Amino acid sequence: MSALAAASRETWLLFRHGFDATVKQKIGVVLGAIQPMLFLVLFGPIFATIGTWETLVPGLLVQLGLMSTGLAGFGIVMESRFGVLERMRVTPASRLALLLGRVLNNVVTLAVQTVLLLAAGFAFGMRVPPAGLLAGFVLVMLLGAGLAALSYAAALTMNEHLFAPVMTTAIVPLTLLSGAFLPMSMAPGWLNALSYVSPFRHVLEALRELFAGHYTGGTVFLGVAVTVVFAVAGLVVGTRVFHRENA
Amino acid sequence: MIETRGLSKTFKGGAEAVRGVDMTVERGEIVGFLGPNGAGKTTTMRMLTTLLRPTAGTATVAGHDLLADPRGVRRHIGYVSQGGGVNLAAPLDGELVLQAMLHGLSRAEARERVTEALERLELGDLRHLPGGALSGGQRRRFDIAFGLLHRPALLFLDEPTTGLDPQSRAHLWDHIRALRDRHGMTVFLTTHYLDEADALCDRLLIIDHGRIVAQGRPAELKAGGRTLDDVFLDITGRSLREGAAA
Repeated sequence: MSALAAASRETWLLFRHGFDATVKQKIGVVLGAIQPMLFLVLFGPIFATIGTWETLVPGLLVQLGLMSTGLAGFGIVMESRFGVLERMRVTPASRLALLLGRVLNNVVTLAVQTVLLLAAGFAFGMRVPPAGLLAGFVLVMLLGAGLAALSYAAALTMNEHLFAPVMTTAIVPLTLLSGAFLPMSMAPGWLNALSYVSPFRHVLEALRELFAGHYTGGTVFLGVAVTVVFAVAGLVVGTRVFHRENA
Repeated sequence: MIETRGLSKTFKGGAEAVRGVDMTVERGEIVGFLGPNGAGKTTTMRMLTTLLRPTAGTATVAGHDLLADPRGVRRHIGYVSQGGGVNLAAPLDGELVLQAMLHGLSRAEARERVTEALERLELGDLRHLPGGALSGGQRRRFDIAFGLLHRPALLFLDEPTTGLDPQSRAHLWDHIRALRDRHGMTVFLTTHYLDEADALCDRLLIIDHGRIVAQGRPAELKAGGRTLDDVFLDITGRSLREGAAA
């Protein structure tokens, strides 16, 4: 078996194993989407008086990505503590597969949560062209893959007791600076300038353009480029951390 | 099966855990690796199992160069760590099948091996439980099952019988001997039970302060009517039990 075929098999095995565990705890998938859903239901009607659902829902998708996949590292903290990860690292499984199998499970979970949120958005009156919806969906999945990989890298790098407080604290400013709840163009100059540093602003602006049916502008190009670079960088960093200290 | 020359590990901050270990382990041997707490046993074992990168020296494990082909090493080894690797939150049969499949076995082969290993270790009734529902001794036996599923050519056992009752220990010794006799498996183990080292191992290596300080067959080391405890005390200045308790 070639190295690529072996890594694909190992990725699939780890994905299936994690996915089966996720499916057994269906409520966890729903709970992971509950906060963006609450924003949609309790904040959306207020926002709709000054903006549109097509502006708000992409913001909530970025928030969902940050909360769902950004906290994926919780799982590996437990696996590391129990010695499960070390047990797997002594198998011939590729380090990339050990990461990708887990990331794929997180992305599939995010996909289900995204569909739930989009369905709720449609129920409230959001209208998006199918091509924009599909492109936006792919963009959110790519973002989720990068976030999950970075979350695993962070979980395996920092003190396990610090992971939860650090990540939950980081998600709030990252969400706000992306312009998830109000476009950053409404912010004062310094805050607007600061938000450009965050990749999530670029992803979100591209997502809003796609939801509006605009597929070719510079904003879309920049957002897609930032998302792809972010996902690749996340996977590279994550794999390096899984490799760390190995012979 | 294992050949090391000048194998060393210095951690960040300058702590020298292993200082130029030279050792040879032949195919089919059961070798006990003894030493006081902090002597470098686990660090050496973690290097040989590719979990830690040596800072100096060379090693060939199961016919593969440790640094140039760590994946080749992993294909032929099993490892039971001191801390264990049982998932406390998930049913263990699924974990065992996954572990076997990550070693390249098909699903059908993996299920067969899992059933066989659990029967041998008298764990069949517990296979559907998560690790959190088991006693320490039961978890330890599951740890051993994880290391054996793929019938590795070389098995590393770090304190395998810690937490087991005397009957389970004796049962495990029989199982280890049977693995060597039936499958020609080589076993490299650490233990802080000298009776275990004496009864089970063909040869002993004693490490202290990161260096191999003595080696030989148990009978050779005990020449002159001494006990292994006496030998260990003479060489390291500490008893093995005292070191293990630290």
